Amino acid sequence: MNKAIKDYLSKQSSAGTLAFFRLAFGLMMCLSLLRFVSYGWVDKFYIEPLFHFTYYGFEWVRPIGIYTYLIFFIAFIAALGIALGYKYRFSALIFFLSFTYIELMDKTTYLNHYYFISVISFVLIFLPASAFFSIDAYRNAQKRFEYIPRWTTDVLKLLLSIVYFYAGLAKINSDWLFKAMPLKIWLPTNSNLPFLGDLLNESWVHYAFSWSGMIYDLSIPFLLLYKRTRWFAFVLVVIFHLITKILFPIGVFPYIMIVSSLVFFESSFHLKILRRITKALNFNIAMFQNSKVLVENLNSFSLIKRVILGLFLVFQLVFPFRYLAYPGELFWTEEGFRFSWRVMLMEKAGYTEFKVVDARTKQEILVINHQFLSAFQEKQMAFQPDFILEYAHFLHNYYKKAGVNNPEVYVASYVALNGRLSKTYINPSINLAKEYESFQHKSWILPFNDTIKGF
Amino acid sequence: MKKLLFLFFGLGIIISCTSNDSDTDTTSNPNAFDRAALLTNWADNIIVPRYEIYKQKTVLLESATTLFFNTPNTVNLDLLRNAWFEAYKSYQSVALFNFGKAEEIRLNEISNTYPTDVAGIENNIASGSYNLNLNAQYAKQGYPAIDYLLNGLGTDDASVLKFYTSDANAAKYKDYLSAVVKKINDNSTVVLNDWKTSFRDTYVKNNGTSVTSAVNSTTNAFVKHFEKDIRTAKVGIAAGKFSNEIKFPEKVEGFYKNDISKTLLKIAIQSSKDFFNGKSTTSEINGAGLKSFLDYVKAERDGVLLSSTINKQYDAVLNSTSVLNESFSNQVNADNSKMLLTYDAMQKLVIYTKLDMMQALNISIDYVDGDGD
Repeated sequence: MNKAIKDYLSKQSSAGTLAFFRLAFGLMMCLSLLRFVSYGWVDKFYIEPLFHFTYYGFEWVRPIGIYTYLIFFIAFIAALGIALGYKYRFSALIFFLSFTYIELMDKTTYLNHYYFISVISFVLIFLPASAFFSIDAYRNAQKRFEYIPRWTTDVLKLLLSIVYFYAGLAKINSDWLFKAMPLKIWLPTNSNLPFLGDLLNESWVHYAFSWSGMIYDLSIPFLLLYKRTRWFAFVLVVIFHLITKILFPIGVFPYIMIVSSLVFFESSFHLKILRRITKALNFNIAMFQNSKVLVENLNSFSLIKRVILGLFLVFQLVFPFRYLAYPGELFWTEEGFRFSWRVMLMEKAGYTEFKVVDARTKQEILVINHQFLSAFQEKQMAFQPDFILEYAHFLHNYYKKAGVNNPEVYVASYVALNGRLSKTYINPSINLAKEYESFQHKSWILPFNDTIKGF
Repeated sequence: MKKLLFLFFGLGIIISCTSNDSDTDTTSNPNAFDRAALLTNWADNIIVPRYEIYKQKTVLLESATTLFFNTPNTVNLDLLRNAWFEAYKSYQSVALFNFGKAEEIRLNEISNTYPTDVAGIENNIASGSYNLNLNAQYAKQGYPAIDYLLNGLGTDDASVLKFYTSDANAAKYKDYLSAVVKKINDNSTVVLNDWKTSFRDTYVKNNGTSVTSAVNSTTNAFVKHFEKDIRTAKVGIAAGKFSNEIKFPEKVEGFYKNDISKTLLKIAIQSSKDFFNGKSTTSEINGAGLKSFLDYVKAERDGVLLSSTINKQYDAVLNSTSVLNESFSNQVNADNSKMLLTYDAMQKLVIYTKLDMMQALNISIDYVDGDGD
C-alpha cells in the first residue's frame, strides 16, 4: 500500500494540462469579477446594506465601505497573475485570500460555486502550475519544466469529481426522485420557452429531469476519467450545463464547470490549445518543452505541503456529511447544508415578522424588515435559521440603543419547502435575543413533521 | 454497469433533445398555460374596465364639485360627498394595479395617503401656492384630504358650508378643493388613456418570465397591495399592530366621515379576491387569473389545491370583517380584539399569497437579482 502510494506520487505527467487549467481558471475569474462589478453588485450587496450576515467564527470579515472595490480589484489582479503565471504562487495566495474574504463578507450571497472557487484556488497555491507556459517560467529557466508530478493534476480532477458526485448523492432523496421536487415547481414556469416550453409542464418531464440529473451527477466523473467515454461525457457536460443555464439564473457557474471539465482530457489536447494561443501571439511554445522533469525534493516544506493537501482532501470528503451529527431534517433546519455541494436541491422560501418587546413595559414593536435589510437579504434570511438568529441579535442591539429596555426579540416565521404548504418555522415564544449561534443543534426550530428520505 | 449508464444517459438525452421535434405537435396543447391570454384577460376584462368605471366616478366627482361651487348649499354638499364616496369606493378596485403609469405618477400615494395632514392642508390653503406633484404633498391631497374638506371642517353641515360661502378665505378653500379633485380626475384620465393607447399592447406582449415581465410585476403589485395597503394600512395601524399596541383611531381610512372604513375595506378585499380569480369586471365570468395559473402548475398543498386554500382564506377574511363596526375608530376603541382577529386572518392570507403562491408560480418577490445555484 505504502509502496503503491509512493509509486503514484513519483509518477509524472505533462505540465501542459495544469498550465492550461491555470490559464483558463485565471481568465474565467477575471471575467466573473468584471461581470459582478459591472452589474453594480458590489454596491448593492456589500456597500448599501446597513447590516451583513456573517459566518460563525468570521464575524470580523466585513465589507470596508467604498474600499470593498479595492478587494475586488486585488482579486482581479491576482486572477490575472494566475492566468499569466506571473509571480504565480503569490498571485494564487492573494487570489485565494481576497476571493474568500469577499465570500465571507455576507453569507446572503453564498453559492456553492463560490465555495468551489475558494477550494480550487486554495489548492492551486500548492501546485506547480507555473512550470509551463507562464511568465515566471519564461523569465527564469530554472522554473521551467515540461513534466510535473502527476498528482498535481489529478488532485484537480478529484476535487471536481467530489463536486459532481456529492451533488449526485444529495439528489438521492425522496423529494427529488419520487416527487420530482423542486423541478416540478421550477420547470413549468418556463413554459414560454421555445420548443421545450409546453413539455416543461408535463409530469414525466419533471421526473425525467430529476432522475437524469441525479444519474448525470453521479456518473459524470467516471465517464470523464475513462478515455473511451470522455468525449461523450464532455458533450453531456455541455448539454447539461447549457440546459441549466437556460432554465435557471445561475450566472457563470455553467461555464466554469464546462471549462473545468476539460482538465480530464489528455495533455496532448491542452498542448494543442496552448500551441494555438502561442501561434496567435506570434510566439513559440517550444521554449517550454525542455524535457525537464520537476522532481519534488522531499524536504520538510514539500512534506508539510503534502500533509496540508492530504488533510484538506480528507476534510473535503468528510465535511459534507456533518449533517449526520444533527437531529431533524437537513432541508428544514439547514444544519450542515452549506459547503456540501447541495446544488439546486430544494425550493424553500419564507416569510418573517419580527416583534421586539420591551422587557419592562411589555410594549411591542413590529419590525419592518426592509428598513434594515435589502430585498435579497430579507429573502435569504426568511428561511435560514442562522440568518434569523443573527438578525434577531441585530434587532436586539438596535432597539437597545433606541432605548427599549432589554429588548426581547420574537419572530413569527413561516417556511414553505418543496411544495408543502407553509408552516410555522421558528418557535414564536422563544426570545431569540437569548439564543446564541454555535455548532449545536438549534432547538428553537420547530419540527418538520414530515420525512425526506435519502442523503 | 457502463452500458446501463449509457442507456440512462441516452434516455436523458433523447428526452431533452427530442422535445424539439415533438414540440411542433404540442404548440396547440390546450393545457399549455398561455401568459399572453392571462395578460389579455387581466388587461381587457379586469384592469381597463375597472379604470373606465373609476374614470366615470372621478368625472362625476369633478362635476359635483363644480355644482357645489356654483350653488353651495347642503343639498349640493351632500351630492358632492356622495360623489366623493362613490369615487373613493371605486378607487379601491384599481389600487392594486400599482405598476406602469399608475406607479410612475404615484397614483396611490397621491390618491390615498392617510391620515391626512390637516395642518399642511390649511397651510396650502392659506398660502395658495403648492405643487401637488411633490412627495411632501402626498399627505395633503387625495380622498383623505377631501374627506377633511367636506366632513372635517365643522361638526355640522352649516359650519362646513361656511368655509365655502361666508368665510374670508372661501375662495381659497374652493380653489384648494377644486385643485385636489382635479388632480384625482387628471390622474385617472392619464392612467386610463395610457392603457387605452399604448400600454395595453406593451403589457400583453411583455409575457415573459423575467423579473420585469408583466405577470411578475402585476403579481408583485397584487401581493404587496394586500399586505401593505389593506392589511397594514386599513387594519393594522389603527389596531396598534405597529405601535407598541398603542391604538390610533384617528388613523383609519375615511376618518372624518368616519362611518365608511368597513365599506372601503370590504371593497378592497373583494377587488383583490376577484382579481385573484380572474373575474371579469362587467360580468360574472371567471377568466384566466392567478387561480387558473396556480391550477395549471398543479399547485397542491397538503392534498388541497392551493387556489382553494387561498379562496377559503379570502372568505375567512371577509367573514371576520362582517362583525366590525362601520367606523373603525369606534371599533378599535370599543373592542380592538375584533380588529386583531381580522388582522390575523389577513396575515394568514398574506402568507398564502406572498409565500406559497409566489413560490408555486416561481415568481420572486420584488426585484431580487443575483445568481442562484
